Amino acid sequence: MGRYVLRRLLQMIPVFLGTTFLIYALVWAVPGDPFAGKCGERECPEQYVQAMRAQFNMDDPLLVQYGKYILNLLQGDFGKTFSGTEVADRIAATFPVTVRLAIVALIIEAIIGISAGIVSGLRNRGFLDSLVLVSTLFLISIPVFVTGSVVQLVFGIQLGWISPTIKGTGFTDLIVPGFVLASLSMAYVARLTRASISESRRADYVRTAFAKGLPQSRVVGVHMLRNSLIPVITFLGTDLGAFMGGAIVTEGIFNVPGIGGLIYKSIQTKEGVMVTGLVTLLVLVYLLMTLLVDMLYAVLDPRIRYE
Amino acid sequence: MSDPTSATSEAVAEAGGGATLGKPRGLMGDAWRELRVRPLFWISIAIITLVLLIAIFPGLFAHADPNLGMLSRSRKPPSGEAWFGYDQQGYDVYARAIYGTRASLLVGLLATIGVVILGSVLGILSGFYGGWLDAVLSRVSDIFVGIPFVLGAIVILTSLNTAGQGGAVRIISLVVLSIAALSWPVAMRIMRSAAITAKQQDYVKAARALGASPTRIIVRHMLPNCLAPVLVYSTIALGAFIGAEATLSYLGVGLRNPVVSWGVMINDAKDYIRVAPHALLFPSAFLTVTVLAFVMLGDAVREALDPKLR
Repeated sequence: MGRYVLRRLLQMIPVFLGTTFLIYALVWAVPGDPFAGKCGERECPEQYVQAMRAQFNMDDPLLVQYGKYILNLLQGDFGKTFSGTEVADRIAATFPVTVRLAIVALIIEAIIGISAGIVSGLRNRGFLDSLVLVSTLFLISIPVFVTGSVVQLVFGIQLGWISPTIKGTGFTDLIVPGFVLASLSMAYVARLTRASISESRRADYVRTAFAKGLPQSRVVGVHMLRNSLIPVITFLGTDLGAFMGGAIVTEGIFNVPGIGGLIYKSIQTKEGVMVTGLVTLLVLVYLLMTLLVDMLYAVLDPRIRYE
Repeated sequence: MSDPTSATSEAVAEAGGGATLGKPRGLMGDAWRELRVRPLFWISIAIITLVLLIAIFPGLFAHADPNLGMLSRSRKPPSGEAWFGYDQQGYDVYARAIYGTRASLLVGLLATIGVVILGSVLGILSGFYGGWLDAVLSRVSDIFVGIPFVLGAIVILTSLNTAGQGGAVRIISLVVLSIAALSWPVAMRIMRSAAITAKQQDYVKAARALGASPTRIIVRHMLPNCLAPVLVYSTIALGAFIGAEATLSYLGVGLRNPVVSWGVMINDAKDYIRVAPHALLFPSAFLTVTVLAFVMLGDAVREALDPKLR
């Protein structure tokens, strides 16, 4: 196990460097003057531009710039924005909100998706099964921003059941945005669970368990679930990373002060340091989650062994 | 199922199976027989045909001018004159939704073609040759998968859009490019695993033993056998990419004036959702129904192509 983790961690290094370099190059090496409009209604003074270019190593070749950036990053220094704010401070202020949102979404997704999948998988081709299939089809087809806007319009503005934008950033405040964020993946989880349950329903060990006279709740809850949830867990794990990167739309609709809005604003104002820092963080989360999921395999299914 | 009639065999030959009476049917022939009896398949085909017709001949479906904005009729609700009402700028929402079909569909179609071609070529090469080529290509695809889609697309589009305003062609091709650049690894992985399986099959070994060149093995023997999973993926992806275009346009970085698409309309309407929800809901409905049709088609085709699910 230890050697496996080490090998995976080593494999992550080129991927991490490649992804961050790609983003860095896109943000920094494109035409366009990042100092346009930075100094109000006049051109920026020559000294200011020169000082800034020196501070952000913008006169070095791209690879050298990137190298310096990564070296700083490895020492925990995310750098400063053009206006002198520490990027790390801004991340510390917004990242926890997005993490909470992603966790709320993950919990909603897991509870609703898995239970819908179990119900429909156990009653193959019944009414409930068709209902779940049709509703997942619809959920997959509706883009998140439509779901968000409609939920906000109907429940927030017309019916007044919820506040149209969130009031705080606690876990309970984030339930509605979390639900919207999770809506698409919920459908995938339901389908995955359904396929996996209806497959294991015919397995020998399930028949044996029934033949021993175990109650259905135990057969389903212990014998079937443990085996059929493995692909679902994989999906959920990688989804946590996807939620953080994909939260921009949901955060925008419900006015959640998370990293989505921060990234969007930073891209628009060409705050390269902020963009690269945040994307780097998201890529790291994604890579670590995939590793974690692979290791969970071995815990859930003792038959899987890592060399 | 009914016994084979001449109509069936024609249909089978059309579907690419090339089977005639008495001969065993190929995978595609089997799939077609399976598909023919599914109502879901026909519903999705009907919707897709309609949407295609709208995209090709929008003038047949709407007579109002989609680019005529009159502030005097701003935000008027649906009426007999304009079925879907007017938006903030006084545009006819129905006419715009009809004329917006072309751009939305075009982006989805071109992005899918790009992803399938790029992903399939790289995937089949990487699966067939293996070794260092496979290692390099797989790591490169890992890099692109690691970038969150929406973020990556925003960065690409914002960076490249600054170069100039550009016309409709430039705006559309940039969106297509950014979707394709961030999505090809999925098609590549599907193709690669299919190619690895196919490579160990006897017919490939036989072809090799007969002295067939690698090009011939890839094109004549492996490609037809690896295409099915990628085809299924591409149907679902087409729907997903239409949704992706709308998401990017919604965020204000995708398509924009003078191009009209459902995403552009939704972006125009989102700030007035309290006073004119119809301007947002109608294009969203067009979008959802179209995506739904492609997802349903993909579902039906996958079930038909996968013998395990029968």
